[in-house]
Amino acid sequence: MKTYILKRIIGLMVVIFLVLTIAFVIVRLAPGDPAALMLGPEASAEDAAALRKQLGLDQPIVIQYLTFVFNAVQGDLGRSIFFNQPVTEVLLGRAEPTIFLSLFSLLIALVIATPIGIYAAYRRGSWLDQGAISTAMLAASIPSFWTGLMFQRYLATELGWFPASGYGGPDADFWTRMGHLALPSIVLGIVNSALIIRFTRASMLDILGEDYIRTARSKGMGEARVILRHALKNAAIPIITVVGLTFALLVSGAVVTERVFNIPGMGNLIVSAVLRRDYPVIQGTLIVVATLYVLINLATDLVYLLVDKRVKY
Amino acid sequence: MAATTTDDASFLDLLFSRRNVLAALILFVVIAVLCLLAPLVAPADPFKMSVRARLTEPGVQFLLGADAFGRDVASRLLYAGRVSLTIGLGVAAFASVIGIAIGLVAGFFRKLDAPMSRLIDAMMAFPDILLAIALVSILGGSMVNVMIALSIVYAPRIARIVRASTLVIRELPYVEAARALGSSTPTIMFTHVLRNILSPIIVQATFIFAYAMLAEAGLSFLGVGVDPATPTWGTMINEGRQYIDQAAFLIVFPGLAISASVLSLQLIGDGLRDALDPRLAKDL
Repeated sequence: MKTYILKRIIGLMVVIFLVLTIAFVIVRLAPGDPAALMLGPEASAEDAAALRKQLGLDQPIVIQYLTFVFNAVQGDLGRSIFFNQPVTEVLLGRAEPTIFLSLFSLLIALVIATPIGIYAAYRRGSWLDQGAISTAMLAASIPSFWTGLMFQRYLATELGWFPASGYGGPDADFWTRMGHLALPSIVLGIVNSALIIRFTRASMLDILGEDYIRTARSKGMGEARVILRHALKNAAIPIITVVGLTFALLVSGAVVTERVFNIPGMGNLIVSAVLRRDYPVIQGTLIVVATLYVLINLATDLVYLLVDKRVKY
Repeated sequence: MAATTTDDASFLDLLFSRRNVLAALILFVVIAVLCLLAPLVAPADPFKMSVRARLTEPGVQFLLGADAFGRDVASRLLYAGRVSLTIGLGVAAFASVIGIAIGLVAGFFRKLDAPMSRLIDAMMAFPDILLAIALVSILGGSMVNVMIALSIVYAPRIARIVRASTLVIRELPYVEAARALGSSTPTIMFTHVLRNILSPIIVQATFIFAYAMLAEAGLSFLGVGVDPATPTWGTMINEGRQYIDQAAFLIVFPGLAISASVLSLQLIGDGLRDALDPRLAKDL
C-alpha cells in the first residue's frame, strides 16, 4: 500500500508539472506581442518594453519557462497587470465566495441527490425511478446560467425571497454575505445533483444485487435497515469518488453562476481578467483550480483505500 | 457499422425499443431541419430592426416576440440554431479526430503510453469552461476559434476511451494474426483496431456534441464566445438579460432551444450506448 501511495504522489507531481506547462504554453499561444496586447493600442513602445521586462518576456523562452516553473512551485504565480498585485493575493481575496458557494451547492446537491438516487435504485423500474432519471437528465441539459437567470427573475426580483445579486457590499457581515450565496447555491446544487443522482443510483443497484444483501434480508432484517446499514455504507465509497469528480463541474458552474449573480468570486475574476487581457491572472486561476482538482481526486482515492478494506494495490 | 441488413434491423430495433430515444431523435431531427432550412421557414429577416416593434410580446405578428431592436425572435432563434448546432457538431467531429490520433498512439506504443496518459490527465484537470475561456481569450473570439478551443477541451475524453479500448484490442488473437500475416502497424491501427472501437467513440462524440453546445452557450453568455453580432442561443440569452424583467421571453425561448437540443442528444447518446454495446448498458 505504501508503494501505491508513493506511486500516486509521484504521478500527481508529474501531472501538476504538466498542468504548469500547459498553462505556460496557453498564454504563449497568443498571437503577437502579449505586452502590447495587454496594454492596448494606445500604449507607447517604451511602456510595452517596460512591461515585457517586468514579465520577463525579453528573456529566451527556455529561461522564461524555467523561471515560471521555479516561481510557481514556490507559490509565486506572477503579478496581475490590472491590480498590480501578486496573482496569489488577488486570488485569495476572491476565494471566500467561491469556496462557500462550492461547499453549499455540494451540500445541497448531496441532500437532493442521495435520497433520490437510493430510492430510485430501490424501486428500480417504477415510474418514480423513471421520473428521477428523466429529471436528472433534464437538469443536466439546462444551462446553469439560464436556471440562475430564471430563479433570480422570479424568486428574487419578483417574490423577494432572496437577495437578487451581489455580495452585500463592502461592509456586509458574514451572515449577510452568506445570505447572498443562498440562491446561487440552490441553482448550482440542482445542476450538480444530476450527476450524483445517476451515480448513487448505479452504485446502489450494484450493491443491492450482492449476496450479503440477500443474506441480510433472509435473516429477516427490516428493509429500512438493510438499505441504510448495509447498502448505503457500501455505496458511500463510489459516491465519495463522484463528489471528487464533480469538483470540475462545480468550478465551471461557479464561473457562470457568479457572473449571473454578480458575486465577486474567482469565477467572476477570471472572466474579467479575460476581458482585461490580464494574462497572469488567467494563468494563475487555471493552475490553482487544476491543482486543486488533482489533489481532491488523490484525496478521494486515498479515502477509498482507507474505507474499503477489499481494495488492494 | 453493421454489414448485413439483419444486423441493421436489429440495431435499429434495439435503439428504438426505448420510446424516449425515438422521441429524442425525432425532436432533434425536427430542431436540426428547422434550423437548417432557416432561410426558407423563418417568418422574417432575423436582422431587420424596427423601433416600433421593440420588445413586442409573443403574438400573431411576432410568433415568439421581438427583441430590444424589434427583431423577430423566432427567426433569430432558427438562424442562431444553425450556428449553435454547427459548433456542437464541429467540436464533436474535430475532438474525435484529435482524440483518436492521441488515443491510438498512446495505446499502441508502450513507450509513449505513460507520458501521453499523464498529459491527458493534466488536460482533464482543467474544468471545461475555464480552459475554454482561457483558450478563446488567447485565440480571439470567433466561431472557428470557439470550435478549436472546445475541441482541445473535449479531445482528451475521446483519447482516454480510445487508449483504453486499444490496449484491450491490441492483445486479441486477430490482431496478432494480422501482424503475423505481415500487416503494417498503421494498417492494424486503422483497419483492425479503430474499426472495432468505433461504438464507444460514436457514443462519446454524441455526448460531446451536447456538452459543446452547453459550453458554447456558456461562453457566449460570459461574453467570451463568438462575435456578439452573430446570433447563437447563448448570445441571445446574453442580449436579452438586460430586459429580463420586462421581457423574460427573450431568455426563455433560447434557453428552451438549448435544453431541448442537449436533452435529446443526451438521450440519443444513452440509447446508442445501450444499442451498440449491451455490455456497457448501466441500467440507465
